[in-house]
Amino acid sequence: MSNTYQAGVKEYRDKYWTPDYVPLDTDLLACFKVIGQSGVPREEVAAAVAAESSTGTWSTVWSEYLTDLEFYKGRAYRIEDVPGDPDAFYTFIAYPLDLFEEGSVVNVLTSLVGNVFGFKALRSLRLEDLRFPIAYIKTCGGPPAGIQLERDRLNKYGRPLLGCTIKPKLGLSAKNYGRAVYECLRGGLDLTKDDENINSQPFMRWRDRWDFVAEAIDKAERETGERKGHYLNVTAATPEEMYKRAEYAKELNMPIIMHDFLTGGFTANTGLANWCRENGILLHIHRAMHAVIDRNPHHGIHFRVLAKCLRLSGGDQLHTGTVVGKLEGDRNSTLGFVDQLRESFVPEDRSRGVFFDQDWGSMPGVFAVASGGIHVWHMPALVTIFGDDSCLQFGGGTQGHPWGNAAGACANRVALEASVKARNEGREIEKEARDILTEAAKHSPELAIAMDTWKEIVFEFDTVDKLDVQ
Amino acid sequence: MNTQGDYQTKNTLETFGFIPKLTAEEVQKQIAYMIANGWSPAIEHEHPSNSMDHYWTMWKLPFFGETNMANVLAELEACRRSYPDHHVRLIGYDAYTQSQPVCFVVYEG
Repeated sequence: MSNTYQAGVKEYRDKYWTPDYVPLDTDLLACFKVIGQSGVPREEVAAAVAAESSTGTWSTVWSEYLTDLEFYKGRAYRIEDVPGDPDAFYTFIAYPLDLFEEGSVVNVLTSLVGNVFGFKALRSLRLEDLRFPIAYIKTCGGPPAGIQLERDRLNKYGRPLLGCTIKPKLGLSAKNYGRAVYECLRGGLDLTKDDENINSQPFMRWRDRWDFVAEAIDKAERETGERKGHYLNVTAATPEEMYKRAEYAKELNMPIIMHDFLTGGFTANTGLANWCRENGILLHIHRAMHAVIDRNPHHGIHFRVLAKCLRLSGGDQLHTGTVVGKLEGDRNSTLGFVDQLRESFVPEDRSRGVFFDQDWGSMPGVFAVASGGIHVWHMPALVTIFGDDSCLQFGGGTQGHPWGNAAGACANRVALEASVKARNEGREIEKEARDILTEAAKHSPELAIAMDTWKEIVFEFDTVDKLDVQ
Repeated sequence: MNTQGDYQTKNTLETFGFIPKLTAEEVQKQIAYMIANGWSPAIEHEHPSNSMDHYWTMWKLPFFGETNMANVLAELEACRRSYPDHHVRLIGYDAYTQSQPVCFVVYEG
């Protein structure tokens, strides 16, 4: 390349396709799945993605020569076929650490999934995975508390947490809502949850909900001798309003609040996570809008990337799907991003859709939340799939019990504890599910009735977003 | 006739509070599970009036490196005899996570 400035348009691959490049430990690595416009060589498409998501623009500009773009540019360093998909290919791109502001997943995403996704030379583009260098991870706050501290605060050990979303989703008054919370908690749940679209509507303003829920929690704790909580949803129209609601939750000594990280946005989420860390309050994270972004296998962002970004931005619990319930979720793929939430090191594993080794260092872990269309019959499978560091949430599966919320909660708690006990005894609980639950139901009429109520409810539809394996 | 049950709130002492108290044989299986995973058995006890405290009184020190189930069972019995009116809980302590992958009340006071 000449060192003198010549105006004009160059091929991206002259500068941004570097197949001999060996990525540095400090590089941020990305894997995109790409389909280019027909006739454009793969190397040129890959280089265009690298350029448009880092230092490049469509035309050469004189001011490039005022800096050392060799130092700052992103590099496409590898291309791979996508198994079973002749149109698409993977491109691997390395970005130097200095392209990104410290502690800002906002800045990372603005670069990597910004203009490039509308680039005309591409028919579709999907960000499959990111490798954050440990040097970057150390600049992020991460979960306000993390799994270990959450267990200690809530006094929950040796089993998954048990929760449920209060139903109906919308329309209850504050006092009636508090009643539904109290019934679930006294019956044996650890935690209840505001539905994501409950914010502060005319039928129930947030402050009134906080007051009645706080009384429900206090009473349930006194009567059961167990620690309880409710995710008070502080997601609001403005950050000021969000913090006002969080402050009042703190005033009421509430252990946990909740935020929707995609509709609320990463800036709000990171700020709220910092507030939670400062104030000793746990943060539950909902993921409304994720399927808009992550479900199309050819365009968008895979949820494993969103999950990694959330762990960096901050949250103590994150929804991950259930695998077995009413919502989309491939088992291996789900296990892949559940690892990213909880482990301190996750090795590359293509069978789980993990494209890079990821070292999380000392960053605390995030509970995986399984919620949506699950009931007592699913319990042994859920304990097997998600393990202890999870929160299993049964909305309809608690409140749809013929005797009401408390009995429904009890049925779920019995099923959970019977499953954990059997697993610890070395039994294969997913295969022996029927025996284990039937045995447990002999001591629990609440469970027996729940098993009868939901015996034929299954959600067996094919997964739309499958892993790329043949 | 309404056949619905009258669900009474129970005082339940966290994990395994909703299934029948474990028999000696079942407790042994849980001890075997923690030993197989390399976790240290530990025993704590407390008067029921203080059961919601984070800290219960330790029965001796945790049994670091203990691999004999019979010894752990004997310690549970000894704790129970010394504090018959206390709750006694068995813990499997994991030094890596600094958490308790096993924790349940064996005897209620």
